[in-house]
Order: sequence, then structure tokens, then C-alpha cells
Amino acid sequence: MNQTRAPLYEALKAMRDERIVPFDVPGHKRGRGNPALTDFLGEQCLSVDVNSMKPLDNLCHPTSVIKEAEALAAEAFGAAHSFFMVGGTTSAVQAMILSSVKKGEKIILPRNVHQSVINALVLCGGIPVYINPETDQQLGITLGMSVSSVERALHFHPDAKALLVNNPTYYGVCSDIRRITELAHAQGMRVLADEAHGTHFYFGNGLPLSAMAAGADMASVSLHKSGGSLTQSSLLLCGRGVNADRVRQIINLTQTTSGSYLLLSSLDISRRNLALNGVALFDKVKRFARYAREEINLLGDYYAFSRERINGDSVFDFDVTKLSVNTLSVGLAGIEVYDILRDQYDIQVEFGDLGNFLAYLSVGDKTKNVERLISALSDIRRLYKRDRKGLWESEYLAPDVALSPQDAFYAEKESLPLTGCIGGISAEFVMAYPPGIPVLAPGERITPQIVDYIGYAKSKGCLLTGPEAMDITRLNVVTEENRHG
Amino acid sequence: MDDLWYSEYHTPDVRFSIRVNAQLHVEQSDYQRIAVYDSPEFGRFLTLDGVLMLTERDEFIYHEMITHVPMAVNPDIHKVLIVGGGDGGAARELIKYPTIEHINVAEIDRRVIAVCREYLPQTACGFNDPRVAIHEVDGLKWIRHTENRYDLIIVDSTDPSGPGEVLFTREFYGGCLHALTAEGILVNQHESPFYREDAKAMRSAHQRIHGVFSVAEVYQAHIPTYPSGHWLFGFASPELHPLRNLRAEAWNRLGIRTRYYNTQLHRGAFCLPTYVEEDLKPVE
Repeated sequence: MNQTRAPLYEALKAMRDERIVPFDVPGHKRGRGNPALTDFLGEQCLSVDVNSMKPLDNLCHPTSVIKEAEALAAEAFGAAHSFFMVGGTTSAVQAMILSSVKKGEKIILPRNVHQSVINALVLCGGIPVYINPETDQQLGITLGMSVSSVERALHFHPDAKALLVNNPTYYGVCSDIRRITELAHAQGMRVLADEAHGTHFYFGNGLPLSAMAAGADMASVSLHKSGGSLTQSSLLLCGRGVNADRVRQIINLTQTTSGSYLLLSSLDISRRNLALNGVALFDKVKRFARYAREEINLLGDYYAFSRERINGDSVFDFDVTKLSVNTLSVGLAGIEVYDILRDQYDIQVEFGDLGNFLAYLSVGDKTKNVERLISALSDIRRLYKRDRKGLWESEYLAPDVALSPQDAFYAEKESLPLTGCIGGISAEFVMAYPPGIPVLAPGERITPQIVDYIGYAKSKGCLLTGPEAMDITRLNVVTEENRHG
Repeated sequence: MDDLWYSEYHTPDVRFSIRVNAQLHVEQSDYQRIAVYDSPEFGRFLTLDGVLMLTERDEFIYHEMITHVPMAVNPDIHKVLIVGGGDGGAARELIKYPTIEHINVAEIDRRVIAVCREYLPQTACGFNDPRVAIHEVDGLKWIRHTENRYDLIIVDSTDPSGPGEVLFTREFYGGCLHALTAEGILVNQHESPFYREDAKAMRSAHQRIHGVFSVAEVYQAHIPTYPSGHWLFGFASPELHPLRNLRAEAWNRLGIRTRYYNTQLHRGAFCLPTYVEEDLKPVE
């Protein structure tokens, strides 16, 4: 296929140039009905914010330009089929799970999954079988899945329908996805990959293996992260063994029938750019990351980690475009550095957790901004360096799953103050956001460690989300008589 | 003669124009668009990204005020860093002091230096002194790798909207404090109080410098070709106050010839108009 084409983008341009008279939605009519919005977002933008129409195909049932654009994307990503998604990578992850696991069926997954994975289990009634990821004690981060832990899970749960892999984690850690896929396939399980942070694996040189190349069955790819498309646009990729028409039906259960052409065209244009220029683009990002890591590691105390963490198993590979920095030796929690950068230096990084922060580098970066980040870190160290005493170093809390997420979420429940929850079963999520990985998921037993962790994370300024009580002073707990699903 | 004019938008609604005899040079460097013009009123002048940097006619005001003010507070300055300053004007003033041992110029764009050497020898002559060493480097990075080394840092930069942006950041000022000696002084071009956008940059620079240095004062000069003609400089130091520590007699004994600066004007320059004081107070 001709990757220089962008059929959806071309059709939108043609539609605009034809100056079709709109007697259809959206009601802003190419922006004219909403001057303030047009002034803010630009006439160009509003003129292509249109609804599905004959020359522009239909996202729910693609037969022309969307179909062609999806086929080009599938080819560029080495997939048998691709779906353009407009509900974020969350919607792609949910479609993967809803198409692979039904009520009461098991899915094997690492506990450091994104909340969208467990949300999907609330919807479909699947049963999570967690693999506890290994933890790097020095960095205080969860790693990938070791092959032996996957083998053990497969041995004890041969009836599981699917296995999910983060490729990579938020920090850039990759499991041995090829070997894990072989093992799962040998037992007839489907392999699903959360590649929210791995778009560039498909295009860059010298980067970790992509899920499709590893033989996985489905992958959710956040093109809007490293791929440059608009926020909320994403791709769902399917391998040869997957019935794509069935997947489309599943997607249409929850997807809007008014898919935004702004989002869709951004996917088409970004795919073309990646297919044509991806190698050079990500070489540039790698250079930025390498330079920043070298300079940050020269500052002292900070540790910008990289491929030296590779251990052949739970860190099978590392994504060098990720600039993850451990801050514990400065005496500051990652989230504290995140806040200081934002509040005092006007620098916004992607996230901070207890021990690390992640600065997201991309093709849009400039050398001078990378210099600013490094210099700000240097200044922060001079001003704030203190003893690391009192900092939590590890935050992985192995879950005790008492009920399925769905049973717990829909169970009779009562709201209790945090400390009164200990020993109970949570009916809701608690997440530190970002990265959006649950501290507690519905159906899990609330331990004293979890309550302590929530208190500590709050005191360090983490944004905790999930519970009905938005200040996280109370949790919904499954009532006594409902504790046996 | 042809009716040729160079125009610069001082705001979207205000334009400043100079009749031009000829454009002598134009190029796009890795960082910015560099141009040199010749004009009947202001002689040759340099623009970066369409913003006027200096003219032969009035550059003496800017360069004298950014150098002699700190030198009169501490005439024992030995080591100086000029960040930016690719035209050589600040260096030209500093080499008048025999006590200065070393001047590092950290200019990110080597093409600015080359163009000034060719077309603006009036300022670029400052580079000819053996004490001056030019480094083609990002000022922020240079500062980061420097500790307790300079008695004076002069930030002779473009506006915060151009490549000079990093030189208006807290991380830069924090690095400067660290790179200065205990009695060191930081002087920077501090934008203008008059037009709204310039005043915003002025306030934000003052707020950041004030957050880092125990002494952070602002002084002014009249520079005809800069927006509104009313321009400010910042004086910051961990120790020295620009008025209380002024060593007027010592400076006058040096017998340095200037056309704008004198030690009486030095005192007056720190007396700001009421509206400027009122604008700066809230961010202190």
C-alpha cells in the first residue's frame, strides 16, 4: 500500500473545498454559529468538525475512506486489522477485554495495569488472576512480569481465556513479550497488549519489540502519546487470529456514533508521518533522552535510569525514550519534585509518584526546553536537598482478591471512614493519577498497609481518584452479608 | 531616494520605523533571523527575528548602563561572564577596566558574533581584547556547570519570546546565584515597564530574581530605539546593594570615559516612576 496517502485527511480536505451547504449536525455549522469557539480554536479546525456523511464514511461501519485509512494503519503497524478509536486508549483496552473475556472467565494480568483494564472487568464480569510484578527496591517501581511467574500462572489457571501484557510500563519497562506470547498461545490463550506507551516501538530503530511483531493477538496503541495525534485518539490493532468483525461489534457497544473527524484525521495524518519519518523522528527523541539522562546523572543524587536496569527477565528490555528519574537520594518524593517543577519553574512533567517522576520527551521538544528541565533539577537539588529518611521506597502492595471486580462494584455497600475499612472488601477503586494504576480495585481486601499508603500519598500531594468520597476520607466497603460473591 | 523603511511592531497596534538606506546583510541562523541595515538617522543597526537589538547611534546608552553600574558598586571585579552579548558592546565597556582579568562570553549563536564582526566593528571591537574568551554555548547550560566563579554576570539577551527565553527563568537565576562569588553581582536587561506585554515580562523577571537574590533592584535608562524608549535593568546580588555600596569616588578615580553613565546618574537611575514601583511591588 501507499503510505504517502492519507485517505481520510484527503477526503476531509476535498469536502471542505467543495463548500457543501450543511443542513446536518453539528449545529455550529463550520463554526459560524459559535464565533467565540471559532475564534479560540480557529476556522480551519471548525470547518472540518463535521458529522459522518457519504464521502467521509462512517466509523461504526467503515466501507470507504475510514476503511482505507484503517488498512493503511494496519499495514504500518504490522497488524491484520486496525480500528481507529475516539474514546482514548481506554476504549481500545476495554474493547480488547470485552472481546476476549466473558462473565466468569479468567484473564491473567500484572497488577500494575491501567485502571481501564479493571474497569473493563467490572463491565464484563471477568475474573482477574494477578501476577505480582517484581519490584525494583532501589527505584521503588514495579517492573514487568518474569517468565517464571507467567508459567506459574498458566500452570494454575490453564482455563484462563487471555493474558494481558504492559508493553511497556509507564516507566518504560518491557517484559519478554515474545516468550510470554508463545507460552500463552501454547495453552490456547489470547495475548492482549496495553501499548499505551509503546507507539514508537513500531517505527523507531533499536527500540523494544512491539506486540504485533511478538505475535500478540490484540494491542491498544496510544497514538496520541508518542505518535503525535490528538488527545483521545487511539488505535486498536488485531492480529491474524482475531475475528475483526466481531471486534467491531464489541467496539460499537460503547463507542459514540458521532466519532470526531478531528480525532480521526489526526490518526490518519500521524500514521502517515510515522510510516514515512518514524525512524528519524524517534532517533531525535532518543538523542534528547540520552543527553538529558547524561546531564541529569551528572547533577548528583538524581538517577535517570535506563538500559542498565535490564535483567533479562522482569526488565527484559527498556524503552530509552522514557526519561524516568528517581529522586529519593535528593530527599524528595517524585511527586514533590513534580510539584516544585510545576509551581516554581513553570515546567510540567508527566507524573510523579513516591520515588520517581517521568518527563515525557517527544518529537515536539526543543533543546532549550530540555536544558531548562535539567537546570531546574540542578537548582531544586541545591535548594531542597535533605536526608532521605522518612521517604517510602516501595509502593507495590500485593492485592488480596476476595470478589470479582463486577460482584464487588455492584454489591450492597456501606461508606466507612478510612481506618474503619481495614479488613473489609473494597467496592471501588483508589488510584494515584497519573499513572492511573489502582492502589485498590473493587473486590480487594483493604489492609492496614493500603490505608497507610493512602495517607502517605495524600500527604505528599498525590492526586488520588476513584472513590465516591472525593477527598478520600471514606471508602465504600462491601457489606458483611455480601462478602461471599 | 527609495522610500525604504524598517518597521518593528512594538505592540500589535504600535509601529516604530526607521528609514533605511540599504539592507547590508540577512541570514537565517540555526537560532534566528539575523539582519543588518544602514540608516541615515541611526547608522547601522542589527535586528534578530525582526526585533531591533542595537543601533550605532544609541547603543552606548545600553552598553554603558549594563556594565558601569555594577562596576561602580564593586570596582574590584576580576572575573566576568556575559550571557548573550554577541555584538561585543558589553565586552567593549568592560575591557576599559584594567582590574578585570577574564571575560567569558556565552553566546549561543556564533553567527551573531560573525555578522557583528563584519558589519558592526563599533561594538565587535570588544572581542579583540585577549582577556575576552567566546564560548558558543547555551547560557543556561554554562551556568549549570559553574560554581562560585564569577564576580559579575551580565545577561545581555534578546526578549523572553526568542532564544533568550531560558535566560528569564527561575532555574537560570538560581544557577547564576550559585555561579557568583559571595560579593557577586547579576545585571540583566529587564524589559520595559510601558507596554503591557513588556511589563508582564518585567514583572515576571523581577519576581523570579527577587525569589532568588536577597538584593534585587531595578534601574532605568532612556534608549530611544527600544519600545517606549524607557528601558529597565535588574541589579541583583547576595550581598551588595547598588546604592548603599556604591563606590562613586573609587570609580571616578579610574577616569573611565563614558557618554551616558556617571555616578550621579547612577543614583538617579534607581529612582523609578511611581507607576513602575507600583507595578513591581506586588511581585516582591
